[in-house]
Order: sequence, then structure tokens, then C-alpha cells
Amino acid sequence: MSEANPAAPVVIVGAAMGGLRAAESLRRSGYTGAIRVVGDELHAPYNRPPLSKEVLATDVTHEAVAFPSRAEMGDVEWMLGVRASAVDLDARTLTTDDGNVQQWRALVIATGLRARRLDFAPIAGRHVVRSLDDAMALRAELTPGARVVVVGSGFLGCELSATARKLGCAVTIVTPSAEPMMRPLGDLVAKEMRRRLTEEGVEIFSGVNVAAINGEASVESVELSDGTVVPADVVIESVGSDCNTEWLESTDLDLSDGVLADNAMRAVSTSGLARDDVYVVGDIARFPNPMFDDVPRRIEHWNIPTDTGKRAGAVLAAHLADDGTFAEVVAKPFAPMPSFWSNQFEIKLQAYGLLGLVSDDDIRILEGDLTEQAAVGYYRDGRLVGVLGVGMKAALLPYRKQIADGGS
Amino acid sequence: MIKIEVDMNQCQHYGQCVFEAPDNFKLNDDDKLEYVAEAPDSERDNIEAAVDVCPMQAIRIVE
Ligand SMILES: Cc1cc2nc3c(=O)[nH]c(=O)nc-3n(C[C@H](O)[C@H](O)[C@H](O)COP(=O)(O)OP(=O)(O)OC[C@H]3O[C@@H](n4cnc5c(N)ncnc54)[C@H](O)[C@@H]3O)c2cc1C
Repeated sequence: MSEANPAAPVVIVGAAMGGLRAAESLRRSGYTGAIRVVGDELHAPYNRPPLSKEVLATDVTHEAVAFPSRAEMGDVEWMLGVRASAVDLDARTLTTDDGNVQQWRALVIATGLRARRLDFAPIAGRHVVRSLDDAMALRAELTPGARVVVVGSGFLGCELSATARKLGCAVTIVTPSAEPMMRPLGDLVAKEMRRRLTEEGVEIFSGVNVAAINGEASVESVELSDGTVVPADVVIESVGSDCNTEWLESTDLDLSDGVLADNAMRAVSTSGLARDDVYVVGDIARFPNPMFDDVPRRIEHWNIPTDTGKRAGAVLAAHLADDGTFAEVVAKPFAPMPSFWSNQFEIKLQAYGLLGLVSDDDIRILEGDLTEQAAVGYYRDGRLVGVLGVGMKAALLPYRKQIADGGS
Repeated sequence: MIKIEVDMNQCQHYGQCVFEAPDNFKLNDDDKLEYVAEAPDSERDNIEAAVDVCPMQAIRIVE
């Protein structure tokens, strides 16, 4: 491996929340050298959650969702509209789709996820929502009376259904699962979610797949695996996402699910070695969180890009400073509390911890009544690993603390 | 002194700021956000962290 060139910039690939937070953290941790952020979207970093909720329900503009830019970020170089295509970890170079090869001193991987698509021929009226451009294109078609089929019933699919309904569309959810949001929430809560969504006028076909999307010039109907044909003007595919790791394929990094990182957010190779000059942040990072155990996991929650970006920036700054503090910074405890929220009609969900770690379906109503407001606990081997508030917020705080303290 | 502004039209009372800067932000018994609009300079890191974690990006430091 060649010596790192100290004049080369720290290159951050992915100009979204994770990349932004890593850059801010490098500056705040005292790194004053060059930083370059390379991203394939044309927009400066923006906040994605409103794109399925508040902002989609009104006007979708960059201004409405842009992250504020801090003064200390003034000399960060943004290369937007440029896609990373390959990287050489030994030579420390990055190749982009405009044909350029650039040197880096350290690399931050922040390329996140992209929406998975159903495997049907392209036709007008098919949509996904991951980016601002996606949301703008969809918004234009969510006109009152439009017939919208949402495929998939995760949080995103349910939020998009609620927003489309609010905008006056006729909305049908088509999902292979038994209940909406079944996997994260569990049967009991998911059944209540179905009741509420149905009450708001969303029709739900569950336990079925899409067999065909029909139409001449644009979508006219969706055919389900049980033969049902649902008329449709718009199809929103919310069927999961894939990690943007293609540009890393020629490296020896562990790409088995996202990019493997250690607890200091350093990228880890297939032979288990962590690199001090390559970091991973955000949705794409698979890292161990000692709040739960030592199993590395990817966590697609909004707080993770910020927490991991801050952590990576601090560790990398210490590495580059080379002032003897590195080991101490790496050893600092890093156990971010996962948290997410979801708004659908009057349903306000908020959660802490990892509900998905529940064992033996050990889900308990801790407070309240599911049909109104409730706090729901998710247990693994008798320890609290997640708490969900249905309309409840402040009441969750003691449970949040219990999770942080190890669950008992 | 740091001056803080929260756009209460945007705020959805998620309460993430409460963990970062408990001296300035809290959720009351009705699950509504209450905040103190001024903080000493020593609180800057915490207030900036609160700005970062707001899901609605509704908090601003007025420079
Ligand atoms: C519509 C929507 C609603 C959401 N709502 C919620 C919510 O309510 N609550 C919650 O907790 N979470 C929510 N999330 C999840 C949350 O927004 C994500 O966790 C977060 O955006 C992840 O940030 P990131 O920076 O890691 O990745 P991303 O936001 O995916 O950013 C990665 C960036 O890298 C770029 N990129 C990819 N490949 C390359 C390449 N080869 N070269 C250059 N650039 C590249 C991408 O275009 C993108 O700009 C939502 C997500 C979406 C899409």
C-alpha cells in the first residue's frame, strides 16, 4: 500500500445526510485540511422523511427540505451530479463517471440505499420515492380522484398511502404480508394499524403479490397474484431498497449487506481488518452497537446517519491529526439509540431501540390502550429492546432509558 | 448568549432535542414541546446537536 498523500483531500462519497454530518464532524473535531464531497444527486443535502409526509402533501421543493449549511462548512468542496464508479484502496484513488481519477487521503462511504423496483416493463405512472426528484414526479400525479396502488406496506408505503389519500386520491395497498407494517410492529399492533388505515378509506389487499402492471401508454391496472384486477392511474412501489455498493466491488471490503464497519465506523475487509483511512456512515453501514450485542447490523433510521457521521468524523480527525489521541477516541463508547417515527393520518408512531430484535413474539402493552394511545414494549429474552409509542411521546422516556441501560 | 428559534408551525413535538439539550427543551405533560429561547455559550455544542436531530429541522440558532 502506498503512503497517504497528506495534500489530497478527505473524499466523502454520497452527498446526503450521512456525508454532510461526517464533513461537519471532521471540521468540528479540528480537521482543517481539504474535504471534497462527491454525490450523484444535483441537490445539496436535504431531509428525506418529509418527502412521504408533510412536504409531499404540500409543495415539493428543495428549499422546503434542504439542510441548513453551517459556517464551518464554507470551504468544503461539493462535486454534485457526479457518480463514483470505482475505487482503488491501495492507490487511494476514486474514479468517477465523468472519467476523472482523483486521489484521496481518507475515504468516507456514505452512498446509502436506492429504492428497489418491481420487475416489470417501464411504463408511465410507475413511481418510487427515495429522492427529491422522485417525490416531485409523484406529486404531479397525485391529483384528486387519481387511483393509486401502493405496493408494499412498510412504514414508507403506509405513509405514502396516507398522504395520497389526504390529497384526495383513491388508495389501495397491495402487500404480500398479512398486515401492514407487520414485520417491525408485530401482529397485535399491525392489526390495529390495518383497522385505522381502513377507517381512513385505504383499501388493503394482503397476502398477495403483483402479477402484472397493465396499460398502453400509461398504467391502467394492476393484476394481483390471486387474479384480482385493481384499476390504477399511479403505482407506487415501496418494496424495499438495495445498498449502493457497486462502486466498491473491486475492493476487499466486506459487502455482504451494505458495508461492514467496526464500532469506530472504520470499514472492515473480508479478512476482518479495519482500515484507519476508510469509514462508513448512514443507511449503508453495518456496524455493531453494544447497546444490544456485538452483531453488526444496518439500521435504516433517520438518526443513524447523524450519529455514525459524527462518530466517523471524530475518529478520522484523530487519525489524521496523528497526535496520539487516536486510540483514546476509538475506545470511547459508541452506542447510538436507534429511533424512528412515522405519521399516517392521525396515527403518530414513535419508537426507540430495535423492535425487530424481539424474541418469541414477546410484545407487551406497557401503558394505555392500543385503540387510542399506547406504549408497547418489545422484549428479547425478557429484556426490553424496543419501545413503540402509538400517539404517546413523553411517556416513552423512562422506557428509552431502560433500553439504553441494557433492558432490565 | 445563544438565541434559539423553533418554528412551532413545523415542530411536531417529537422531542429528540430534549435528549441533546435538556436545559433548553422539554416535552410537557401534553406531549408538547416547551423551550427556553436563550442559552449560555457553553451550551453551544448541545444546542447544535439539538438542531441536527430535529426530524422536522424546525430549530434554528439565530446568529
Ligand atoms: C421518503 C422517505 C421517508 C423516510 N422517512 C423516515 C422516517 O419517517 N423516519 C425515519 O427514521 N427514517 C425515515 N427515512 C429514512 C432516512 O431518510 C434514511 O435513513 C436516511 O436518508 C439515510 O441517509 P444516508 O445519508 O445514509 O443515505 P441516503 O439518504 O440514501 O444518501 C446517499 C446518497 O449517496 C448518493 N449516491 C449513491 N451512490 C452513489 C455513487 N456511486 N456516487 C455518488 N453518489 C452516490 C445517493 O444518490 C444519495 O444522495 C425515510 C426515507 C425516505 C426515502
